[in-house]
Amino acid sequence: MKPLVALPDLNPPPDPVTEQLTQAFTSQEERLARIEPGWLVALRKAGIARFADVGLPTLRDEDWRFTNLAPLQEHRFQPTLGRPTPDLPAEALDGLALGDLPGDRLVFVDGHHSPALSHIASHGPGVVVEPFSLAMARNADAIRITLGQHADLTKSPFVALNQACFSDGAFVRIPRGHRLDQPVHLLFVSTGRDPGIAIHPRNLLLLERDAGATIVEHYLSLADAPTLTNAVTEIVAGENARMEHIRLQDESKTSFHFGFVRLQQAANSNVAAHCISLGARLFRHEYDPSLDGPGAECVLNGLYLAKGRQLADHHMVVDHAQPNCASHEYFNGILADQSRGVFHGRILIRPGAQKTDAKQTNKNLLLSNEARANSKPQLEIYADDVKCTHGATVGQLDPEAVFYLRARGIPEETARRMLVHSFAGEITHRIQHNGLREALDEIVWDWLESLEAVQIGRRDGSGTHSVAHPH
Amino acid sequence: MSDPILDIRDLRAGVEGRDILQGISLTIQPGEVHAIMGPNGSGKSTLASVLAGRDGYEVRGGSVNFLGQDLLELAPEERARDGLFLAFQYPVEIPGVNSTYFLKAALNEQRKHRGLTPVDAMEFLTLVRDKIKLLELNEDLLKRPVNAGFSGGEKKRNEIFQMAVLEPRLAVLDETDSGLDIDALRVVANGVNRLKSADNAQLVITHYQRLLDYIVPDFVHVLMNGRIVRSGGKELALELEERGYDWIARETQAATQS
Amino acid sequence: MSEALNTIEEFVSSDYKYGFVSNIESDTLPPGLDEDVVRQISLRKQEPEWLLEWRLKAFRHWQKMTEPHWPQVHYPPVDFQAISYYAAPKKKPKLNSLDEVDPELRETFDKLGISLDEQKRLAGVAVDAVMDSVSVATTFRKDLEKHGIIFSSFSEAVREHPDLVRKHLGAVVPYTDNFYAALNSAVFSDGSFCYIPKGVRCPMELSTYFRINAANTGQFERTLIVAEEGSYVSYLEGCTAPMRDENQLHAAVVELLAMDRAEIKYSTVQNWYPGDKEGRGGIYNFVTKRGLCKGRDSKISWTQVETGSAITWKYPSCVLLGENSVGEFYSVALTNNRQQADTGTKMVHLGANTRSTIVSKGISAGRAQNSYRGLVKVNPGATNARNFSQCDSLLIGDQCGAHTFPYIECGNPTARIEHEATTSKIGEDQIFYCNQRGIETQDAVNMIVNGFCKEVFKELPMEFAVEAQKLLGVSLEGSVG
Repeated sequence: MKPLVALPDLNPPPDPVTEQLTQAFTSQEERLARIEPGWLVALRKAGIARFADVGLPTLRDEDWRFTNLAPLQEHRFQPTLGRPTPDLPAEALDGLALGDLPGDRLVFVDGHHSPALSHIASHGPGVVVEPFSLAMARNADAIRITLGQHADLTKSPFVALNQACFSDGAFVRIPRGHRLDQPVHLLFVSTGRDPGIAIHPRNLLLLERDAGATIVEHYLSLADAPTLTNAVTEIVAGENARMEHIRLQDESKTSFHFGFVRLQQAANSNVAAHCISLGARLFRHEYDPSLDGPGAECVLNGLYLAKGRQLADHHMVVDHAQPNCASHEYFNGILADQSRGVFHGRILIRPGAQKTDAKQTNKNLLLSNEARANSKPQLEIYADDVKCTHGATVGQLDPEAVFYLRARGIPEETARRMLVHSFAGEITHRIQHNGLREALDEIVWDWLESLEAVQIGRRDGSGTHSVAHPH
Repeated sequence: MSDPILDIRDLRAGVEGRDILQGISLTIQPGEVHAIMGPNGSGKSTLASVLAGRDGYEVRGGSVNFLGQDLLELAPEERARDGLFLAFQYPVEIPGVNSTYFLKAALNEQRKHRGLTPVDAMEFLTLVRDKIKLLELNEDLLKRPVNAGFSGGEKKRNEIFQMAVLEPRLAVLDETDSGLDIDALRVVANGVNRLKSADNAQLVITHYQRLLDYIVPDFVHVLMNGRIVRSGGKELALELEERGYDWIARETQAATQS
Repeated sequence: MSEALNTIEEFVSSDYKYGFVSNIESDTLPPGLDEDVVRQISLRKQEPEWLLEWRLKAFRHWQKMTEPHWPQVHYPPVDFQAISYYAAPKKKPKLNSLDEVDPELRETFDKLGISLDEQKRLAGVAVDAVMDSVSVATTFRKDLEKHGIIFSSFSEAVREHPDLVRKHLGAVVPYTDNFYAALNSAVFSDGSFCYIPKGVRCPMELSTYFRINAANTGQFERTLIVAEEGSYVSYLEGCTAPMRDENQLHAAVVELLAMDRAEIKYSTVQNWYPGDKEGRGGIYNFVTKRGLCKGRDSKISWTQVETGSAITWKYPSCVLLGENSVGEFYSVALTNNRQQADTGTKMVHLGANTRSTIVSKGISAGRAQNSYRGLVKVNPGATNARNFSQCDSLLIGDQCGAHTFPYIECGNPTARIEHEATTSKIGEDQIFYCNQRGIETQDAVNMIVNGFCKEVFKELPMEFAVEAQKLLGVSLEGSVG
C-alpha cells in the first residue's frame, strides 16, 4: 500500500511537566545504579517509563474531568531524590498539631528521614517501624517482595511517578497476633525552603494475621511555597487484622498534593481509613481498596474543607471481589469562597461477591455563591444478592434547621456555625482513637472558626422575610 | 387588668403571594390558655409561623404586640429570648448536634439577654434532670443529636421538655397532639399543665378537640379562611367536636350575606 | 437452589410476540451512505432545497465525527455502509381516510394490537403509524384541526407547514449534537410533527406507532413537538420490529419545545426486537431525545418503559431555561437475556426556581447489563434549583449486572440536589411467601416487579400503563434465575 499523506500526530509531545520530571529522573539514573540494588532501580525505571508514556492527565480524561492540572505548569518541579537531607532544628516542630501524641514518630523533612526529630520505642520481636532508608539494610527481602506489588502503576500516572522518584517513607510491619498500643505518627514536613521541589513519600504498612495498629500520615508545610507532594501508601491487612489509618493533609495553600492509598484486605480484616484535608491549593486523594477475602470490611471516611481558590478532589473505586464483605464510604465537603469539591466514588461488585453490604455517601455544603461541587457516586454491580446504596447531596444549610435553632433563641450566625460543625462532626466522630479524634476535632474546629461570618453565609433564596412588613 | 402578653390587631399575612390570614385580632392575658381551632387550611399553622418569624411569610398589615414591644420587628431568636416559644408541629431533626449542647446554648442565650450569668454544665445537668422526668423521657435523649432518630411521640415530648427548660412567657403549641397516641398525649398535656402559671400564657393550636380534654382552655377561637369567626369558652370546643366545622361555615356565610 | 427458584427459571423462555414479518413490498434504497444517498432521500420525499442543504450539512459534519464508546455497552462495530437508509412500503398510500390503507399493512398493525379503526373508535387516541421509514396513517386529523392542532407525519409537515418546521427543526437538538443525531439529521425519512397553538389543551392523547419491517434497513425517524404558550399535550409512542438474525439500527431524534406555561407529557413504550437468547439479532436503539423548557412555568415530563432492543442508548433530557420550569423523568428499563441498556437523563438547570425529578427503575435479568446514567447540572444562574433523583435497581439472577452512574455538577449554593440509589433482588423468601399464599411463581415475580415499577407506571396514561405491565410480564418470562 502506498503511504498516505502525513498522518496527524496521534501521540502529541508530552506536556512540559511530564518532560521536566522525566528528565530530572533520567539525570539520576547512573548515580542510582551505583548505590541501589538492581531490583529497586528496575522498579524505578518501570515507574518512569509508564509515567513518560501516559503523561499528566487532562480534562478529557474521564477520571480527571473536573481537576485541571494546568497550574502545575507554572513551576519547574525537581524531585528531592538524591538531594542532601535538610537540617531542621527540633524547635521548628514546637506547638505542632498532634505533637503530644504518644507512641512512635517518624519524621521526614522534604522527603528525607530525620533521625534527630524521630523517636521510636523498642517494640516486641518482629515489630518494625522504620524509614525505608534504614529498613533497606535489615529487611531487604521483605521489602523487595512487597514494595510496588500492591499499588498498581497503571491506576494513576502519579503512582508511576512516585515509584520512580520516591526518596523515603515508612516501612511498618506488625507481626501475627501483635497489636500496637500506641498510634504511629508519620510526619511529612515540607519546609518550603526550595520552592518547586517535588517530594515523593512512599509508605509500606504490613499487618500480618490478627495484627492491629493505628497509623497516622500527617502532611504539613512550614512555609508558604509552591511545592509538590506525591505520596503513595501501600497497606496490606492480613486475615483478621485491624487497622485505623488516618491521613491529615494540612499543607500550604500554594502547594500541590497528590495522595494514593492502596488497601489490600484479606479475609475478615477491618480497616477504617479516615482522611481530613484542609491544605493545598490543589489536591487529589485516591483510595484503591480491594476486599480480597470473605468477610473483609472497610470504612473510608473523609472530610474536606476548602476556601479561597482551593480544589479538593477525592477519587475511589472500592473493589468487592469476595462474598460477605462490607464497605462504607462517607465523604463530606465544606466549600467556602471560590473553592471547588470533586468527588468520584465507584463501588464495583464483581460476580460472586454475594451478600456484599456497600454504602456510599457524598455530601457537599456550599457556603458561597462561587463555590462549586461535582459529584459522581457510582455503582457497578454484577451480583444479585447484595445490599448497595449510595446517595449524594449538594446544597446549603437546611433553612428549617436554622430556623429551629433561632426559634430557641440562638443567634443566626451561631446557629449556622453549629450546623456546619455538626456536618463536619458526622465524619470526625467515626475516628475510634480518642486522642486522635479530639486532636482532629480541634483542627477542624479551628478551621471552621477561622471562617468569617460572611463566609458562613446567609442566604435568603426567597428574599422574603417576616421582619419586613408595612406600617 | 395587667398588660397583655400578646396583642394581635388585624393581622394579615400570607406566603408566596397567597393571602392566608385575613385580619386576625386576639389578646392573651397572663395566666390564660387560648385554643385556636379550625379545619385544615384555615391558617392555624400560618399564625404560629408568623408569630415565631419563619422565613417566607409576608406580613401585609396589622400589628402584633408581645410584652409591650413590636413582635414583628424582631428576629426569630430575639422573639425566643424574650420568651416566645413555638412547639413545632414537625420538630426538625438535626443530626450531629448534641441535645444537651443545643439546649444549654439556647438557655444561656436567653440568660445573657436577660443580664444573667450563664449556667455551667453541672447546673444545667441538675436543671434538666428535674425537667426531663416531667415528660417521662429517658435521660439518654440528652446524649443523642437533636430529634434525630426520635419516634414521633419522643419528638413532641422533647418539644415540651425544651419548653420546661426555657420557661417561656408565651408557649405556642402547633398541633402538638398530631401523631400522638393517647398515653403520649396524656404525658404531653400533663407537662404543659404543670408549666402553667399566673405569669405565663399558652396558645394551643389544634384541629381536634381531643387535646383540650387534657389542656383545658379559657378561651376557644375558631379560625376559618384566615379569620376568627367565633370565640367562646371551652364548651365551644365540645360543640365543634359534636357538630364539626360545617355549621359554623354555613352560619358565617349566612351572616356575611345578610 | 430452592424449588421456587427452579420454577422461576423455567419461565425464562418466552418469545418475542411481535416478531412476524409482513409481506409488504417496499421501495428500498441499496445499502450504503454517501452524499448521493442523502440527495436521493430528499428527492424521493420531494423536499425543498433548504432541507436538502440542512441534511447535507449534517452529513458532512457526521463524516468528521466518531462513534461514542463511553456507554457501558459492548457490541461489534456498526458498518454504516451495510445499511439501507430508506425503505418505504411500495404501494405508498395517499391517505385521506383509513379505508385506503393497504390491507396487509392494516393486518400488521392489527397483529400489533393497534388496529387503527379500533383505536379510532374506542380509545379516542389520535394515531400516526410509521412503517419502516414512512408515515402510513394518521387518524383524527380533522378533529384536531378544529383546535388548530397540527398532527401529521413529518414529511407532510414539511410540505404543508414549511415555515414552522424550518423554524424549529434542530433548535433543540442541533445536527452537531452527537454522532447519531448528526446521522439522523442527514438521513431521517419520516416521523411525527405536532404543533399545539397558544392556549389550547389537546383534547386527546396523540400517539405514534413505529414499526421496522424491511430487512437490512435502518430507521431514522424524527419527532418534533412544539407547545405554544399555555398549551398542553400528551404524546405516546410505541415501537416494535420483526425478529431477524442481524442487528438493525434505529437512530431517532425527538425534539420538544415548551413555551411559557406550556406542558408536554411524552410517554414511550419501547419494545423493539431484543434479539434471541444468545444475543443474535435485535435492534440497536441509539436515540437522542431532548426537551427545552423555554418559557417560564413550562413543564416537560418524560416517561419511558424500555423492554426491547438489543442495545439501548438514550437519555431523554430537559433543558430548564424558563424560570420555574419543571423537568421530569420516569423510567422503567428492563433487560433480559443478552440485552444491554445504558439509559437515563440529563437535567440542565439554567433558570431560577427550576425543579427536576428523576425516578429510574432498572431491572436486569438473564445475562443482561443495565446502566442508569444521568446528569444533573445546576448552572450559576439557577437560583433555588431543586433536584431529586431516585435510582433503584432490581437484579434477577446472578449473571446480570446493574449499574448506576450519576453525575452531579452544582454551581449555585441555593440549589438543593439529592440523589439516592438502591439495589435489591427478588428474594426467595418473597417468592415463597407468595407461593404459600397460593400465588404462582410467575405471578409473584410479575407482582414484585410491578410493585417495584409502580411509581413510574402511575405516570403513564391508563391504556399505556396496562400495556406496559403486560409487556413487562412477557419480557420477564424465562428471565428469573
